[in-house]
Amino acid sequence: MSTLKAPNGKLISVLLLVFLGILLIACYPGNPQSTFDATGPVARSQLALFWVIFWAAAFVFVVVEGVLVYAAFKYRRKPGDGDPHQTHGNTKLEIGWTILPSIVLVFVAVPTVITIFDNANSPDPEGALQVDVVGEQWWWEFNYPDPTDPDNTLVTANELHIPVDEVVNLTLDSNDVLHSFWIPKIAGKVDLVPNNLNTMWIMGEEEGTFFAQCAEFCGESHALMRFWVIVETREEFDAWLASERADAIEPTDPLAQQGKAIFEGPQAQCWSCHTIKGSVRAQGKIGPDLTHVGRRTHIASGIRENTQEKFDGVDL
Amino acid sequence: MIGGVEALIMRLQLSSSESGLVSPEVFNQLFTMHGTLMVFLVVMPLSAAFFNWLVPLQIGARDVAFPRLNAFSYWLFLFGSLLLNTSWLVGDAPNGGWFGYAPNSQTLYNPSNGMTFWVISLGVLGVASIAAGLNFIVTIINLRAPGMTMFKLPVFTWMTLITSVLIVLALPVLAVAGIQLQTDRLFGTNFYNPINGGDPVLWQHMFWLFGHPEVYILILPAMGIVSDILPVFSRKPLFGYPFVVFAGIVIAFMGWFVWSHHMFTVGLGPAANSAFAISTMAIAIPTGVKVLNWLGTTWGGSLRLHTPMLFALGFIAMFTIGGLSGIMHASAPSDAQQQDTYFVVAHFHYVLFGGSILGIFGGIYMWWPKMSGWKLSEGLGKLNFWLMRIGFNLTFFPMHWLGMDGMPRRVYTYPADQGWDGSNMAATIGGFLIAFSVLVWVINVIVSWRRNDRAGADPWDARTLEWSIPSPPPHYNFAEIPVVEHRDDFWFKKHPELVEEYEGHHGPRGAPGGSTVRRRLR
Repeated sequence: MSTLKAPNGKLISVLLLVFLGILLIACYPGNPQSTFDATGPVARSQLALFWVIFWAAAFVFVVVEGVLVYAAFKYRRKPGDGDPHQTHGNTKLEIGWTILPSIVLVFVAVPTVITIFDNANSPDPEGALQVDVVGEQWWWEFNYPDPTDPDNTLVTANELHIPVDEVVNLTLDSNDVLHSFWIPKIAGKVDLVPNNLNTMWIMGEEEGTFFAQCAEFCGESHALMRFWVIVETREEFDAWLASERADAIEPTDPLAQQGKAIFEGPQAQCWSCHTIKGSVRAQGKIGPDLTHVGRRTHIASGIRENTQEKFDGVDL
Repeated sequence: MIGGVEALIMRLQLSSSESGLVSPEVFNQLFTMHGTLMVFLVVMPLSAAFFNWLVPLQIGARDVAFPRLNAFSYWLFLFGSLLLNTSWLVGDAPNGGWFGYAPNSQTLYNPSNGMTFWVISLGVLGVASIAAGLNFIVTIINLRAPGMTMFKLPVFTWMTLITSVLIVLALPVLAVAGIQLQTDRLFGTNFYNPINGGDPVLWQHMFWLFGHPEVYILILPAMGIVSDILPVFSRKPLFGYPFVVFAGIVIAFMGWFVWSHHMFTVGLGPAANSAFAISTMAIAIPTGVKVLNWLGTTWGGSLRLHTPMLFALGFIAMFTIGGLSGIMHASAPSDAQQQDTYFVVAHFHYVLFGGSILGIFGGIYMWWPKMSGWKLSEGLGKLNFWLMRIGFNLTFFPMHWLGMDGMPRRVYTYPADQGWDGSNMAATIGGFLIAFSVLVWVINVIVSWRRNDRAGADPWDARTLEWSIPSPPPHYNFAEIPVVEHRDDFWFKKHPELVEEYEGHHGPRGAPGGSTVRRRLR
C-alpha cells in the first residue's frame, strides 16, 4: 500500500488554481442563456438568492471536505498504533450542529418567501401590457389582446416583442401537453399546463434579442421548441405592434408572387395549417400564424435564422 | 450495465451540438429507460440484495422471517425487469420520461405501447418491493438475537428498517397512480386527461408523493452501509449513534412533506411554494447531522484506507456536494432557473451516484469476502475507486454550470452557438471513464476469484455479528445464536478492555448497557 504524504504547499496552490479556473468557466455570463447575466428584476431576484445559498454552501463545502481530507491524512493508521479512544459521541456538539444550520437556513428561508411572493404578484396587474402565451407541440403562440377592443387580438408566433423597462403580464396555457416558458436572462420558468391557466410577470431591463426555450419535456421535438424575445423601446414596440396588426402586403415581386401561389396552392397546402392575415385562403389555425414571417429574426420555432444563407441549398 | 450503456449512448449524442447520432424518438426512449432502470433495476435491487443477505447476519438470525415471500419477491423482480427490457426488443421502449408526466404519457400523445410496458413493469416491481419491505420489517422486529435491543442494531439494519417502512407506504402510491394512468390509456377514464376535465397536475402530485420518499429509499441503505464501514476502518465506534439513527427516522418522516419541491414551476401558487421551500430546507438539517457524525467517526480514529473506506469517504464528499446543490433547489425562486435543466441532473447524480452507488460499491468491497470467502484485490479496488470518482466528477460537475447556462433537460440535441459544447464533451469523456471503472471492477471480480485469496471469518477486524461466523456463512448462518451484550458486540467481545471507554461515560442516561455498567461500577 503506498504511503500518502501530507499535501504540500505546491499541491494546494495548484488545486486552488484549478478551482478558480473552474469557477471562471462555470460562472461565465457571456453565453446566450446564462442565468448569471440577469437582465430583469425577476431574474435578478432569483440570481441573488442563488448567490446567498451558493456562498453558504461554499463555506459548508470547504469545512466538510477540509475536515474529511485532513482527517484522512492526520489519522492514518501507522504500524504499531494502538486503538483510538472509543468515543461514543458528544451531545453538546450534536445540539450545536443542529441549531447552527437551522439558524443559517432561516437566513435563506426569509428572503426566499419574500421573493416568492414578489415574483408571483405583478407590480402592475391592471395597466401593464398583457400577452397571452399558448404552448403547442412544438411552437409558441403569442396573443396581444387589445385593451380597447376584445375582438382585436394580435396573434403571432415564436417571437415575443416587449417594451423595455415595463412590466409585462403573461398568462400561460397549453393546447396539448406540459410545456415551460423560460427566458433565462429575464425570468425563471413557469410551466404551461393544459386546463390550468398560469400567470407570471416579467420585465426586460436591457434592449436586445434574447434566446428562450421550452423547459418541460413535451415529446419528440422538445429540444427544438425555442423562441426569441425582442426587448425594444416603447416606440419601436408600438411600431411593431401596429405593423403586425396590418394585413400581409400583396406581393409584387414575381418570386414572392410565386411563393404566394405555392402557399395558397393545392400541392403544399400551407394555407390549411397557417394563417396569413389578409389572405382569403390562408386561415389555418393548426400551425403558427405566419403573417409577416419574413420580418421575423428566426423561423421554425426559433431554431433557424431567417436569412438567405440559411436557406441557400436547403432541400425543402 | 444496460442502464449504463443507455447513458453512454446519450452522452455520445450530446457530446457535440446538433449531433445526428440517434433520432429524437430513440433518445427519448433512452433517457426514459436509463432513469427507470437505474432507479428500479439498479439501486433498489442492489440495496435489496444487501437487505436480504446482510440483515439476518447482522441481527444474529438464521434467515428472514418469511423465506418464501422473499423468494417470491425476487422472482417477481426478475420478471418485472425482463418485462421492462423486453420493450426494447419490440421496438417500443417507454419514451415519456421515468416520471411519465401526463398528458404526454396519455394515449393521445403517446399511442404506442411503450408507456404501457412502463406502467405494468413498475407495478410488478412495486409488488416485489412491498413484499420485501414487509419481510424485513418483521425480520428486524422479531428475529433479533437475544440481547440485541433496537439501539444495539448496526446502523445498516436500522436504515433497512426505515427504508422498508418507506417502501411499504410509498410504492402503493405509485401503483395507484399507475393504475389510473393505465385506465386513462386503455379504458378512457380521465384522471389526468385535461381535455375531459382531468388534471395533469394530479399525476405530478401522485408521482412525487411516491417519488420523494423513493429518493430516501434509494439513499438510506447506502447511508447505512457507510455508517457501518467508517467505524471498522477508523477502529472506533460510530460517533453519535443515537443521533444518526434518529436523523434517519426524521428524514424518512419529513420526506413525506416535501414532494412539491419537484413542482415549484407548475403554478401551485406562492403559499404552497413557500411551504414546500421551507420544509425542504428543514430536511437538510438531519442530513447534515449525519454527515457531521460520520466526520466525527473518522476524527481521532486510526484510519485504514482500504477500498471500502475509500468508497465511504468518497460517499461523504460527493453526497455533501449533492446535498448542497439540493439546498439551492430548495429555494423556489433560485429553483425557477434551475428546474428542468442540467443543474438538476447534476444534483441528483451527485446524491444517487456519488451517494448511493459509491456507498453500495463500498458495501460490495466490504462484504464481498464474507459473502464469497475470498478477497477482492486491493490494488484493482483502489483503481476502481479512483477511476470511478474522477470519471464521475468529470461527467457531472460541468452539468451544474450547463444548467445555469440555460441547457434544459431531456433534450436530444442543442444549438451550436450556446457555448455548451466543451462541457458536454467533457461529460461524455467522464462517462466513458465511469464505464471503464466498472469494467475494472468486473476484472477485479474475475481475477480475484481465480486467485482465491481466502478471507477467513474476519479479514477487516470488524465490529458487527456477521464477522463472527465463517466466510462464506453456512446456510444456517449461526451454529449457535449469539447472546448480545453491547452495540458492536463482536468488537467488544474481541476487545473487552475497551468496553468501559465506550459505555462507561454515560451510564445513567439510559444508554444501552448503561444500567449494567452502573451495577458494575457499584
